[in-house]
Amino acid sequence: MKPTHTFQSEGITAGYDNRTILHDVSISIPSNKISIIIGANGCGKSTLLKTMARLIKPASGQVTLDGKPINKIPPKQLARVLGLLPQSPIVPEGITVADLVGRGRYPHQTFLKGWTKKDYEAVAEAMDMMNITEFADRNIDELSGGQRQRVWIAMALAQQTDILFLDEPTTYLDITYQVEILDLLTDLNRKYGTTIVMVLHDINLSARYADHIFALHHGKLVAEGEPAKVITSKLIEDVFGLHCTVVKDPVSDSPSVVPIGRYHNKLRMYS
Amino acid sequence: MNNTAVSENKQLLIPKNFIKVLILSIVLLGICVLASLAFGSRAVGWNELMDGLFHPDVQSHGANVVRQRIARTVFSLMCGAALGVSGALMQAVTRNPIADPSILGVNTGAALFVVCGISFFNIGTAGQYIWLALAGAIITAIFVFGIGSMGSGGATPLKLVLAGAATSAALSSLVMAIMIPRSNVMDQFRFWQVGSVGAGNWNSISVFIPFLIVGILIALFSAPALNAIALGDEAATGLGVRTGTLRLVAAFGGVLLCGAATALAGPIGFIGLLATHMIRLVIGPDLRYIIPMSALSGAIILTISDVCGRILGSPGELEVGVVTAFIGAPILILITMKAKMRTL
Repeated sequence: MKPTHTFQSEGITAGYDNRTILHDVSISIPSNKISIIIGANGCGKSTLLKTMARLIKPASGQVTLDGKPINKIPPKQLARVLGLLPQSPIVPEGITVADLVGRGRYPHQTFLKGWTKKDYEAVAEAMDMMNITEFADRNIDELSGGQRQRVWIAMALAQQTDILFLDEPTTYLDITYQVEILDLLTDLNRKYGTTIVMVLHDINLSARYADHIFALHHGKLVAEGEPAKVITSKLIEDVFGLHCTVVKDPVSDSPSVVPIGRYHNKLRMYS
Repeated sequence: MNNTAVSENKQLLIPKNFIKVLILSIVLLGICVLASLAFGSRAVGWNELMDGLFHPDVQSHGANVVRQRIARTVFSLMCGAALGVSGALMQAVTRNPIADPSILGVNTGAALFVVCGISFFNIGTAGQYIWLALAGAIITAIFVFGIGSMGSGGATPLKLVLAGAATSAALSSLVMAIMIPRSNVMDQFRFWQVGSVGAGNWNSISVFIPFLIVGILIALFSAPALNAIALGDEAATGLGVRTGTLRLVAAFGGVLLCGAATALAGPIGFIGLLATHMIRLVIGPDLRYIIPMSALSGAIILTISDVCGRILGSPGELEVGVVTAFIGAPILILITMKAKMRTL
């Protein structure tokens, strides 16, 4: 089981160039759980994820891991604890699955030692877990979108971090593969206790798969907690500006958001 | 995890054709070396070649010609290796498939400084050229990257190439402006300006060696981190790479290698582009293999080009810079069409 970490943002304000997107956000990531950040487009959920994963330097405030500011931790050492799968990483032309997954071992290697038995084991294990061992010698270009995403997650797994950040890992995937990816990430969390933090677009899948939800609106944290408590029609209206009713998902008992538009509204709610 | 999985992965992580390509390259390199020693304004036969190389007591004319050519051959191998590795580094740093010292204008910058040195400061030795050329290469590299990164989207392949082409054009007209009124400089530098390994001698080789070693060591040490950069800056940061520092160090290595080669042989274009592309095509994108193999293939391509130049230009010779430009330009067009300027 992965060790417990205290991972927090303390009053971070961040953005790009002169535009501030996040305003004074303080959150604490529940250790060994799955946390999902939700919010409308442009609310700063990716910015929050990127700031916590040290891709963006906050204008003020700081991110701390076990009480230590992350910019004070040597990057390679930090990369052994904190992994990240960006939204659109680049696939080098002609790269094989095994090569790509193997690149996740970078923070564990030194120039003189090169590849050790542990590195090969980690790669084999990560490919096994993502069910891509059979494609190991194939070019990434030959794979489908769902398979490709499994390869990227395997790369992040090979890094063997205690905490894993994923920026919209299911975007551009068919619903079948979205569920597959989220199931695999849940496997990872249950099997190793890996702390997972991700940004997702789909509220209902977020409500089902998250242990903890962070809801952002206009760069501020507006609600957090278990999905069953956080996801209410009031919150969805505030955060997304969407009229809706929240029902119980018949499969998981998690809250499920049913949108209400101007048509097909037999309840005549809000009409 | 069982041991078979581990050993299978070991196999998978070595590029498929690596051993074959390595053996082929070494054989080709051997042939190149022999050809480079044998061909020229006076071709020598096999016996004379062997006498020249292995029987120092034989004083036939052919054997002496071969001995004279050794320095040139060694020098062209070194220049080729330096330019090959330099191309691999620049492509990795910019994540741009068509980055090459000549396309980015770095060679012309080095040339300008050398010409200025000759014209205004009476500089004349290899040891002095090399520092001037390096300064010129570094300043031009910074300038081109600066212009190429302006505006939105950072240093995209297209912007870098345009910045490089514009800079290169401007600098070469400056070179001309300085040279044309000074006939002595023009004579001295006509050959240098085209790029030739014919001037290579043991002195220039000894000046070159430290730069070559430092540059190649930088390249080899940064290869694993450059592999991470290939996945994008965000992914590389996630893997614990200090992307800014790494880029600076690796680019410095690349400029060092091409600056030194340019100082001693003149601006020789396209070697970095050709060497790295051929290697990437056959062994894939892992820079830990691409870098040493680009050194080999760069040495092979430059030496073959030099031999071709000597055969085609007989009884004189065609400078190697002309030959590489002739082979390189169509290949650049092919690569650009295939890559549609996509980033690596």
